[in-house]
Amino acid sequence: MTAPLSTAPERGGPLLKIDSLSLSFGGVKALRDVGLTVRDGEIFAIIGPNGAGKTSLLNSVSGLYRPQEGRIDFTTADGSVVDLRRLRPHQIARLGVARSFQNIELFGHMTVLDNLMLGRHVHMKGNVLSCALYWGAQRREEIRHREVVEQVIDFLEIEDLRHQNVGTLAYGLQKRVELGRALCIDPRLLLLDEPMAGMNVEEKEDMARFILDINEEWGSTVVLIEHDMGVVMDISDSVCVLDFGAVIGHGSPEEVAQNEAVVHAYLGDPE
Amino acid sequence: MTPPADSAAAQTLPQLLRLNAQRFAERPALREKEFGIWQSFTWAQFYERVRHFSLGLRELGLAEGDRVAILGDNRPEWIITELAVQAAGAVSMGVYQDSVAEELQFLMEFSAARFLVAEDQEQVDKILEVREHLPHLEHVIYYDSRGLGNYGEELLRSFPDVEALGKASALDDFEDRVEAGQASDLAILSTTSGTTGKPKLAMLTHGNMLSMARTLQATDPMTSNDDFVSYLPLAWIGEQMTAVSAGLLVGFAINFPEEPETVQIDISEIGPTTMFAPPRIWENMVSEIQVKIEDTSWLKRRVYDWAMSTGYEAADRGLSGEGLPGGLRFQRFLAEWLCFQWIKDKYGLRRMRRAYTGGAALGPDIFRFFHALGVNLKQIYGQTEVAGISVAHRDDAIKFETVGQPLDGTEIRIGDDGEILARGPSVFIGYYENTEATAETLQEGWLHSGDAGYFDDDGHLVVIDRKKDVMTLGDGTRFSPQFIENKLKFSPYVREAVVFGGGDYDFITALVTIDYANAGKWAEKRQLPYTTFTDLSQKLEIYGLVRDHVDETNAVLPESARICRFLLLHKELDADDAELTRTRKVRRGFVAERYRELVTALYGSNESVAVQSEINYQDGSTAMVETQLTITTLDHHASRGSSD
Repeated sequence: MTAPLSTAPERGGPLLKIDSLSLSFGGVKALRDVGLTVRDGEIFAIIGPNGAGKTSLLNSVSGLYRPQEGRIDFTTADGSVVDLRRLRPHQIARLGVARSFQNIELFGHMTVLDNLMLGRHVHMKGNVLSCALYWGAQRREEIRHREVVEQVIDFLEIEDLRHQNVGTLAYGLQKRVELGRALCIDPRLLLLDEPMAGMNVEEKEDMARFILDINEEWGSTVVLIEHDMGVVMDISDSVCVLDFGAVIGHGSPEEVAQNEAVVHAYLGDPE
Repeated sequence: MTPPADSAAAQTLPQLLRLNAQRFAERPALREKEFGIWQSFTWAQFYERVRHFSLGLRELGLAEGDRVAILGDNRPEWIITELAVQAAGAVSMGVYQDSVAEELQFLMEFSAARFLVAEDQEQVDKILEVREHLPHLEHVIYYDSRGLGNYGEELLRSFPDVEALGKASALDDFEDRVEAGQASDLAILSTTSGTTGKPKLAMLTHGNMLSMARTLQATDPMTSNDDFVSYLPLAWIGEQMTAVSAGLLVGFAINFPEEPETVQIDISEIGPTTMFAPPRIWENMVSEIQVKIEDTSWLKRRVYDWAMSTGYEAADRGLSGEGLPGGLRFQRFLAEWLCFQWIKDKYGLRRMRRAYTGGAALGPDIFRFFHALGVNLKQIYGQTEVAGISVAHRDDAIKFETVGQPLDGTEIRIGDDGEILARGPSVFIGYYENTEATAETLQEGWLHSGDAGYFDDDGHLVVIDRKKDVMTLGDGTRFSPQFIENKLKFSPYVREAVVFGGGDYDFITALVTIDYANAGKWAEKRQLPYTTFTDLSQKLEIYGLVRDHVDETNAVLPESARICRFLLLHKELDADDAELTRTRKVRRGFVAERYRELVTALYGSNESVAVQSEINYQDGSTAMVETQLTITTLDHHASRGSSD
């Protein structure tokens, strides 16, 4: 069976601590004074109506956006705390923060295997010359990366798709490959932006099982944005609700479901 | 404690394994594709793992004579378990991996098995679902730990843990136990396919299993250089016969595919030299080749058509014993080079020296097809109760309509009522805890097969059909519905056919299920929109497609055996609905009962019939849906009807 790739430090401590984070695009305030804590080893769901700032928040964590104010503190594998706001996306990836996108961002004309190998890219040391020669240490490195990729393939049960072009696959399978690429980074923190959007019930069940297994067996902490409340309530340990860029509720799924501000944001004013 | 010098002296399967661990020590015994690479175990490693697992099971309390159930896809662990159990003097019982929980419950309850070795979470969930009904069950051992980490069930254990337990064990009599094994010891309980009623468990001894393998080896010698891919259920006697009995006797390498979905890729990578598969597999292959040729370019299609006509001609001449004239020989060579070798390569048939089909009748058309391609496909006949095989084609005597000649050491005769009877050292010793069925099947050493048949002038056995299925037609001739069904199934668009007739019925009718994938592709090419299986099956165009094929079939059938009316069923026949056995044979009686209204309508005069069906939606809710099924009446019947 797949060995966990990451050895997580003690569970339960804060892995990601966001403090007074604000992000605006010109006059539009996408995030207002957002604060939340993701504990190590949990499945953390971010929900909220359209335009609430969920994706902006993930983009801020993965370094695609630069919030103007606040801190994003991430506890690295060696226990030190860094502010992700100061780092570039590839540096963040190298710390073990991986993500998938709402719209699939794979290379359609490349095989599943190649797309996954690309996920290992941040960990590869070779340069143009050594890769061209493909000899000695470089060769051993490639084999080592391929091993990791094969573990991911085994884990996601896509052995039969290894050599197929991603573009020819069904949507649900492409989503799975995208998750696979994020896993190849060997993530300590996995950010999933609507991993189940557009899937049928069966595909959603599969995906939910994969997320639970990733969390359980690989020890990855998962932050996901999801609209399917059934899934959110079933699999997450904590839920945070955003509306108009601000946190309006957080806690366990049960607490959030009882929260009046949340009900109000979703269902509007009672007439 | 000297081990037997050669395989002839071995009395049990574990003894053969021990012998192989000595004579083939460092050669590959098992290969499994994992993480994209073929990983090998040598015979010596295989034996070590069996030793450890066997001792581990005994540490957990396995006693001689215990039954151990095995449930999972084909993996090295499956065979390791089987041999470890036998080495401890216990009995293994394979359960089809796609069994539903109730089937598993029945078998576990009936056999009172205390141990279950299950592959993964899916299988473990099945047993946990029914465990409260299984007071005997003490240990469940899994070999894929994925998702099982937090189960916390006391009876769950991982395979490596049990192996470690055995490695650390103080028991030192493993070798003695292996040595003490005798041919008369029970080796396996094999579930019979049971086209009627609940499955029965046939008791087969080591002697049964080995004598069968030895006679097969005497007829069709294999060598330790052969390669075999094990992908059909190991609970099936056919796979037991090839992968386990023959594999251990001959010492060839057994290859396990990566996943059920990758079987085809894996087979073409290995290029096995021997293979045994039920008709369903061969039929699917033919359908797939035909459909893919439809899809290919004009030029390739022309080459294929020409190559096949050459292949057919060469095969017909070759099999009838006429030599090939030089011109044809050259054309055949060209066809092989241009076309056949590429097709065979894709399906892993290129290195195939001997391919067998058995378990049910294979239509002569399919047979001819493979011989045209140059695949040495041979029919074998047997059943679980003779450890798999009693009659087989010989290389130089292949006749499409027969199942070949009896193997040496097996006596076959035809009973007074036309039933095929068998006697010999591989005939089983009875059904487990079922003396009534045993007494019915085994009479004075003769196994009553329940099949009707006869010997032709060359001493070949011809199997007509199940005895109770043979129909007497209006004009008094006896006819096999299976024969007609196989003709229908040669069309790539027909998946299953169930033919009715004889007795009270004065003409022949058929329930047909379409092949969803192939018919769907056909519809797409013609821009025919459809939503579900039911919708597609009721398209007039699809009816037309099937009707053309029924007409073709009727043209080669005697007049009284021609199909008069047929309908396309709104759903596929499914083993989970008990319409098929786990080896995918149609349970005719059950189907006739379940679709009684449809059969009645086929013998009425209406042009359609309403059927109520329950639909299970993906979210778990169900609904009743009514569909009108069209009934097609063929011209010859319509004209007969009007002239009456």
